[in-house]
Order: sequence, then C-alpha cells, then structure tokens
Amino acid sequence: MVLRREGQCLLYVDRHIIHDGSFHAFANLKHRGARVRRPQQTFGTPDHYVPTVSRSPADAPTPEIRRMVETFNDNVLHHGIPHFRLSDAGQGIVHIVGPEQGITLPGFLLVCGDSHTSTHGALGALAFGIGQSENEHVLATQALWQAAQKTMRISVEGRRPAGVSAKDVILAIIAKIGAGGAVGHVVEYAGSAVRAMSIEERLTVCNMSIEAGARAGMVAPDDTTFQYLKGRPFAPQGAEWDRAVKYWRTLPTDPDASFDAEVGLKAEELQPMVTWGTSPENALPIGGVVPAGPKRALEYMGLTPGTRLEGLPVDRVFIGSCTNSRIEDLRAAAAVARGHKASVPTLVVPGSGLVKKQAEAEGLDRVFREAGFEWRHAGCSMCVGMNGDVGKAQERIASTSNRNFEGRQGKGARTHLMSPAMAAAAAISGRLTDVRKL
Amino acid sequence: MAEQFTSLTAIAAPYEPVNVDTDQIVPARFLKFPRKDGYGKFLFHDVREDPGFVLDRVPFDQARILVGNANFGCGSSREGAAYAFHDAGFRSVIAPSFGDIFYSNCMKNGIVPVRLPDSECAALRSLLTNNPGNQLTVDLVAQEVREPDGKVHRFAIDPFYREMLLRGVDELGLTLTLVPQIEAFEQAYAREVPWAVR
Repeated sequence: MVLRREGQCLLYVDRHIIHDGSFHAFANLKHRGARVRRPQQTFGTPDHYVPTVSRSPADAPTPEIRRMVETFNDNVLHHGIPHFRLSDAGQGIVHIVGPEQGITLPGFLLVCGDSHTSTHGALGALAFGIGQSENEHVLATQALWQAAQKTMRISVEGRRPAGVSAKDVILAIIAKIGAGGAVGHVVEYAGSAVRAMSIEERLTVCNMSIEAGARAGMVAPDDTTFQYLKGRPFAPQGAEWDRAVKYWRTLPTDPDASFDAEVGLKAEELQPMVTWGTSPENALPIGGVVPAGPKRALEYMGLTPGTRLEGLPVDRVFIGSCTNSRIEDLRAAAAVARGHKASVPTLVVPGSGLVKKQAEAEGLDRVFREAGFEWRHAGCSMCVGMNGDVGKAQERIASTSNRNFEGRQGKGARTHLMSPAMAAAAAISGRLTDVRKL
Repeated sequence: MAEQFTSLTAIAAPYEPVNVDTDQIVPARFLKFPRKDGYGKFLFHDVREDPGFVLDRVPFDQARILVGNANFGCGSSREGAAYAFHDAGFRSVIAPSFGDIFYSNCMKNGIVPVRLPDSECAALRSLLTNNPGNQLTVDLVAQEVREPDGKVHRFAIDPFYREMLLRGVDELGLTLTLVPQIEAFEQAYAREVPWAVR
C-alpha cells in the first residue's frame, strides 16, 4: 500500500494483464498524452476477439473484429509492453496465460480488465477485475485506489466422490450462497477438499468467484502452488526462487484469523451440477428438476417447472473458456469422448497455444477429432462470443464456460453450465447426461 | 475526467429484476464500438426488444434515475455498462446491492450508485410504478434520496469518491500528482520483493 486517503488505499499493482478489449483504456491514455509507467510489469495477450479457426486476424468474421486484434497489437508494440502475438504458442486466454507463464505469483496484487481475473487467486495472489477507467489508471500509474473489502471463508471438507469435478464444487457453492452471496467480499477457499485440489482445479474454483459476487477469490499458497510455479518462464529463478518461497510460506491466513462470513460444504455430498436458468446461481445436481423459477428465465430457457434436467436435448456443446480449457479439463473431456461419436456440433477450444500443443502431444486432439468434435485454436471463443463464435437463438448449449446470462453465447442462445466431462457426455448423447452413468 | 455531481431531481424508473448482469445492460457485441459514437443506444439493447419495456414507456423514457434490485450490474467488468447508462442520460442508479466492478465503474463515469436497504428500494419501485413520472432527488451533498412528498432515505457512500464526484475531480490526474510517493514505495518494495518490480 502506497498511502491511505479517506478510507481508500492507493495500492501498488505488481502485475497488470491486458487483452484486446482494452482499447478504451489505451484511447483515453493517448487522449491524455500519458505513457505506460511500468511496461515490464504489464503483460498482453489477445483473446476476446481472436478467431479460433486460424491464427490470422484476417479470418475474423468482420473487419471491426479484425481491427480489435490489430489495434491491440499496435498498442502493446507502441508502449513496449511484453506480449504474445496471435501467432505465438504462448498466446491464449489472459487467465490461462498468467498462471501458465508464472506471471501470476503468490502475494502479488494482479489486476486485469476482465471480471474473471479472480482466477489468479488460485496461486495465492490478490487478483480482481477492473473497468476501463481503472485499466487506464493502472497503465499510467501502476497503482489503484481501493477500499478494504470484507472477508469470507468457504471451507469444503472431505473427499469429492468420483465424477465430481472442481466445476461442480464451485457451481454448488454459487447455488448455495447465490449470485450476490459474496458481494463486497474477498473469498478464501479452504478445507481439505480444496487443499487436495491441483492448481488447475483451484483455478477453476477461483475463476467463478465473481459469479457469486466476489471480486476476488483465493487459495493459500502451499507446496502444490510452489511445485506448479517452479521453472515457469516468468517465475523467480535460482537464489531468488528460494527467497520467494520463504516469503510465500508466510502468506497463508493465521489459524486464529476471523472472517466476516463463513460458509461450509461437505465434499461427499456434492454431485455433478448443471444450470437451468439465466444466473449461475440456478444450478442443480444433474438428477434435479427445473424449479418454479422466475418466469422470464424459464421463458428464455424454454423450460417448464418439473422438467427433468437429465435427458434434456442439447443442440450444441462448447468446451473451453477461462474456467475450463486447461490440459486437465481437456483430458477429462477426452476420457469421456474416447471411442464415441458426437451427436451434436461440439467445439473444443484450448485455453492457450501451449495447452493446445500439450493436448496434441498426448493425442487428445485425435480423440476429439475421431469423436467428431471440432478442434480449434486458443481464445475466449463461445464463452462470450465476441469473436463471432456464437450459438443461434433458442439453441440449447451445454457449455463449460462461466455465465448462462441471456444472450451471453449469442442472442437468444440458451446456456447450461457444467464440467468438461459432463459437456463431453452431453456431446455424445445429445442430451444433458449424468457422466457417472456413461 | 469525472463529471461533477451534487444533486439531481429527475424522473425515476423502477426496474424489478434481481441479478441484472452487465451482459443485459450492454451485450458484448457492442463493446468494440468507440465511445465517441455514444453508448446510450445500446442500453438494455436486447432486453428492450420486449414490447412495453419500462424505459420505452412514457414517462419513464425521460428517466435519469433508475431504481433497481439486488446485485444490480453483476457479472462482466465491461465499463460499457456504465457508458450506456451515462450516454442514455442516467446519473444515478439506486439498488440494495451492486456488482462491485459496476459500482466502481459508475463512480468513474459521473453516475452516483446509491445503496439503500431492500425494503426501501422495493417501496421506491412501487411508488414509481404506481405514480409514473414521480421525481426523486438524489442529493450527494446531504447523502439522501428524497421522495416527492419529502420522505428521506439516507445513504452511505465512500467519502473519497463522494468528494471526487462533488468536485468533479479527475482521479487519474490526482494520482499522477502522487507519483513521487509511488516511486518511493516502489524502491523500498523492490528491496523486499525484488521479483515483483521489473
């Protein structure tokens, strides 16, 4: 913290990650005649607008979308910001790239003009999404005004049953506390089930903190964290690594710390989840039935109360997004898809070029292709549809992304959120399916 | 540059849904357009295709204050949501709770986000529904919302941002005057956490 003024703290920003949606911030910066104060602590990768059919901006579906990718490249080059170009293997979704490259480190304050920046908290960083004005502010000063937030601890104890993924854990949490349940709070995920998670699973959980209203979610750094980070390109090396780990071990919450709110879940009771409505809080175990929810949500989703979720026909499947496009996600989807054929159009979009390479080295791309899934290049793609990858009106989509909002995956498109394994199962059967029964 | 706000008396519109996400406020496909062309036309673009959408009905089409419901502006960090309210003439949104990023984006765009208890917001929405065209006053100096009959709802707001809005202070301009302090912090911090400062 640099200084305090009237309840607000001017916080020093360790890492600022930017993407191709940041053009308003750069335009305002230019208008002001300001420069990027710490370009080496800023990092860029295009993701929201990039085509996933190829690595050429020329393949963007409209000239406006193409211009977004090109303008971003011009901006990072002009300001001397380290970045990945669309053609680099390191390119990918900001929230995949940060952890993967070791740009995200424990104890850092990391911000990005995207609400899913909460993802990075999985490595013990305080990470949250900011708007374009704040984006400009950080570019110009490397600092940000913030008021202290309240704290919430969500403890998940016990062992997850087979077939229950990290995505199911976070959907169950959101269903329990509500889409506004953690507004004004920073969440710490704790408990034996969280400790037992891999970093990729923790990234999935922290990613959707914002869907419960929390601007940030985090997991205390531990040996799993350090093993994950060691040797990553931007992580400290040699003697500095040892010094960093020593410091990081001081970061976890004191055992006697108190939180403004406490929530507990038993891992044994969790089941594979799917959403039925237009808010991520509308999540139920796959064996559930559509409840008597808000009329508008039911109409939008084309559902009537009492309908069983299992067996509901889907028109399309999307496996990808900053929630679920890492290698473990693709392995889980491939394990279900292996030896089967897709009944509906299915898109698999890896989170980064490196994830794509790894998947190809493991032969997962072949599994997907043989199952009739489309294997694409990295980007945000159909999670938000800004690159033109969208579903049609009234199409029912089984998706591993994070938002089932109206119009999120295309105007009128109906999103059901679920895990990668559940989405692959839906692709095979053409229906919402309990992956445990396959 | 933040727009100045002291007090506003204007027609207010009720907006009932809970968890209004910023994808509804401005669909993602419009975010690539430059601000100078105006974002007002994108406000609730797809939702307002419904005939009888509240902001298209007289006299709510003149509203400059919106009274919403819980978790208003949740979801995506897109500042386009605040641009859309601003460019459509709105200068205040009242709700029981807000998405944190939307709340902060509002204050940076001259829109006063007012948190009032659930029951008071419900009463205000019902007042406006039953008396279309009623004006509310959002008074940032006194930190109160006033109904036409003089009924007062006190609200709390961060003193730092209240001051910014009252004086129309340019937040980034202010921080740029603090760069020497940021540099001093940075130098000390670089000794402590050398891998952070590059």
